[in-house]
Amino acid sequence: MSFLTETLAWLVDPANWVGAGGIPTRLAQHLLFTLVTLLVAALIAVPTGFLIGHTGRGRGLAVALSGAFRAIPTLGLLTLVALWVGIGLNAPYVALTVLAIPPILAGAYTGFEAIDRKIIDAARAVGMSEAQIVLKVELPLGLPLLIGGLRSATLQVVATATLAAYIANFGLGRYLFEGLRIRDYGEMLGGSILVILLAIVLEGVFALVQKLVVPRGVTAGLPIDIRDGSSRSRPVMESTIEEGNSHVHSE
Amino acid sequence: MTWIWSNLDLIWDRTFDHLILSVPSIILSFLIALPFGWLAHRYRASRAVILTTVGVLYAIPSLPLFIVLPFIVGTSIRSPLNLIIALTLYGVALMVRVVADGLGSVDRDVQQSATAVGFSGWTSFWQVELPLAGPVLLAGLRVVAVSTVSLATVGAVIGAQSLGSLFTDGFQRGIQAEIIAGILATVLLALALDAVLVLIGRLLMPWTRRSAIGVVARPGAVARQEVTT
Repeated sequence: MSFLTETLAWLVDPANWVGAGGIPTRLAQHLLFTLVTLLVAALIAVPTGFLIGHTGRGRGLAVALSGAFRAIPTLGLLTLVALWVGIGLNAPYVALTVLAIPPILAGAYTGFEAIDRKIIDAARAVGMSEAQIVLKVELPLGLPLLIGGLRSATLQVVATATLAAYIANFGLGRYLFEGLRIRDYGEMLGGSILVILLAIVLEGVFALVQKLVVPRGVTAGLPIDIRDGSSRSRPVMESTIEEGNSHVHSE
Repeated sequence: MTWIWSNLDLIWDRTFDHLILSVPSIILSFLIALPFGWLAHRYRASRAVILTTVGVLYAIPSLPLFIVLPFIVGTSIRSPLNLIIALTLYGVALMVRVVADGLGSVDRDVQQSATAVGFSGWTSFWQVELPLAGPVLLAGLRVVAVSTVSLATVGAVIGAQSLGSLFTDGFQRGIQAEIIAGILATVLLALALDAVLVLIGRLLMPWTRRSAIGVVARPGAVARQEVTT
């Protein structure tokens, strides 16, 4: 159990809580990196996903592309981009934005697709314009799944940002690599625990937000069953890699 | 390209290492997920506990898990066993929910009919519910396979050999072709395992190919689960 005491000692050591290599700084770097990556990815993926979800066009392409990206190992992409643009933060930013797009995209369009077609027909029948349908009907009803997509993306970015410390000197991942290099069990375990806690806290926050964004009185927002929800035909025995299952660890 | 041709042996060796890591993990996660998924499907109380647990488990980033695990189960950090355990945990985390959803997708009328013609709970599970949930399980297992193959590469940064070693080595030595070869090999391996699973699915569930009547494979079920977990 000496590992445990070493870890605790490392975690409570005041020296680890100050300065450029201190826990607060590293944590802030990690969070800022995650936030920026997600924002950029969302700026690209959300409008595109809405467009696909609303028109039903380009779905095949989006599904195929996100499926292909999912199979690509994150570490491979990170190291490859690092060779191209050099060591530093640029490579992780590029690589992780690319990786965060598919889950958000999938969340955006599956959210729209899960909506009962009758609701959209009704909205059209009462005279709503297409823009109104998107903003006032599809957006609120599809929000839980969109948040779900953001949640998957966040999880993946937080995890991969840890890995990105392999090619750039930033974030909580540094503790893991440094600890491994100098065989400091306290540091590698302490760092690992911090990353795990961060991921679980963010996961909890998203779980809460996902519950809160369900419009009042709408249980349809919680996609309990979309078997007969959408009039759009759903493929049978199709490749699952292609479907909107974005929540895949692939860092 | 020349790098790839002159290093085919190396790529093949790392592919083999990769298979040793991923195939047992995929099989184990399916076997372990079955009883837990059934429990989550069957009882309301166990459902909440199990699904929350796998949700949290799945949220744990892989690299920290690879590092922490040896101190919990006593494996060596670089040993294949350490990675196999970690990858199995992720596979289970994904698969338990799929099993619960899959069993839940079986028509209640069918279950009652099975009971009515005299199936016991045990035989009904193996001969009625499990086969009918098959397509959903297969869809989930394919996701597990692809993500496991991709995830196994991460072990390379802590020194566990796999196709991921081509990334770390290529990065340190500045050989672009090596990284690209690693990415291609990983993707091809994932596709190959996926194809094997589809084939097994067709052999075990010939009815799914003929028609969708009765059994509707719902990739959507998995998709939704993925997005909402």
